[in-house]
Amino acid sequence: METQQQKQLVLILARAFASSLSTPTLLADARGFLVFYNEAAEAVVGRRFSETGEMPLDDWIAAFEPRTGDAVPIPAEARPPRIAFDERRPAHAEYFVTSTDGVEREIEVSAFPLFAHTDEFVGIIVIFWRT
Amino acid sequence: MRLKIWGCRGSVATPGPDTTKYGGNTSCVEVMLDDETAVVLDAGTGIRALGLDLLQRGTRQIRLFLTHLHLDHLEGLRFFAPLWDENVSLEIWGPRSPVESLRDRIMRSFSPPLFPLDFRDVPAVITFHDLPGEPWLGGGIALHSDLVLHPGPTVGFRLQSGGSSVAYLPDHEPALAGIDTSSPDWISAGALARDADFVLHDAQYTEAEYDAKIGWGHSSVADAVAFGELARVERLLLFHHDPLHSDTELDALQVRARELWRGEGAPPALAYEGLELVLD
Repeated sequence: METQQQKQLVLILARAFASSLSTPTLLADARGFLVFYNEAAEAVVGRRFSETGEMPLDDWIAAFEPRTGDAVPIPAEARPPRIAFDERRPAHAEYFVTSTDGVEREIEVSAFPLFAHTDEFVGIIVIFWRT
Repeated sequence: MRLKIWGCRGSVATPGPDTTKYGGNTSCVEVMLDDETAVVLDAGTGIRALGLDLLQRGTRQIRLFLTHLHLDHLEGLRFFAPLWDENVSLEIWGPRSPVESLRDRIMRSFSPPLFPLDFRDVPAVITFHDLPGEPWLGGGIALHSDLVLHPGPTVGFRLQSGGSSVAYLPDHEPALAGIDTSSPDWISAGALARDADFVLHDAQYTEAEYDAKIGWGHSSVADAVAFGELARVERLLLFHHDPLHSDTELDALQVRARELWRGEGAPPALAYEGLELVLD
């Protein structure tokens, strides 16, 4: 078969689901690459996904300088997306970020892994709220 | 590689005077290979006549690839004559489920009260294999499978032989996740159909009918055409005809498909029982 990239069906469906939500939602694939975020997320991060493109999720999140209320940086391994990705379990946290427009925002983040089958991890879905 | 369509009706077998042109048997396609290996796609009622033909030809090694287990793709299996021949070896390939094995799911249709005989009574030697996985190679072809958008675990197929290819997507509703995207990799089955010589694709509904049946797992003629154009297929063959559509209505569906077609390949046509496709 042609070697054209094809997204896994669960990701295709998750993207369609996320596109229909008014809650900021993003998707990363099994490589750990950010592959999509919806319009609601675009409003929070201040940039359209088409401008961002696919990139490592950790790098993308780091640009928003996640930190505690005491301004202590939160390492990647303590953030819900990385926990969902590395440990293949749901995770939730509250922290502060700085959007691309320079505004500091307090957000809550929930992330959980996506499995097409019990042994087939295909990525994660991350939902966040402004608190 | 040659293919023959033994059934292309959707949902339920529809024999009768109104369906003689396109046929009333449900999905079944035979793939004829260089080495006389029998490869069969789906076990709708079309497989009954195919089974008799295979035995007459002396075929005893058969590979059956199921896109999914909805009844219109499985109901002919119990009446597939090779199944009842102890000299036959049958491999059944189908989409795996997270809860039950392929064998156990198929066995349900071979037990009372649905059927008088039990699966243990079947004399052919049968093995079961999950899809999707690595491509199946044999008889000069590679058969690829991938999950596609349809309710329940469902796969589509791409058969490749040399530079020729055919995609088989009899039950598919890609529009549910969007086919207007500029990124083909986000379209269900996009890679299976990409640049194929023939694509047999679900086109069960007219555009007006589809409005009331969104999410049922099937495509309108307009979405089938849009999918074919995006995948740059050489020839789109509309498949899985609605049981309520007479030959006359299907003729009109083909006219509509050709009105809509803006692709570079040949204009779309309707699949029909007995149609043979020959690929170099």
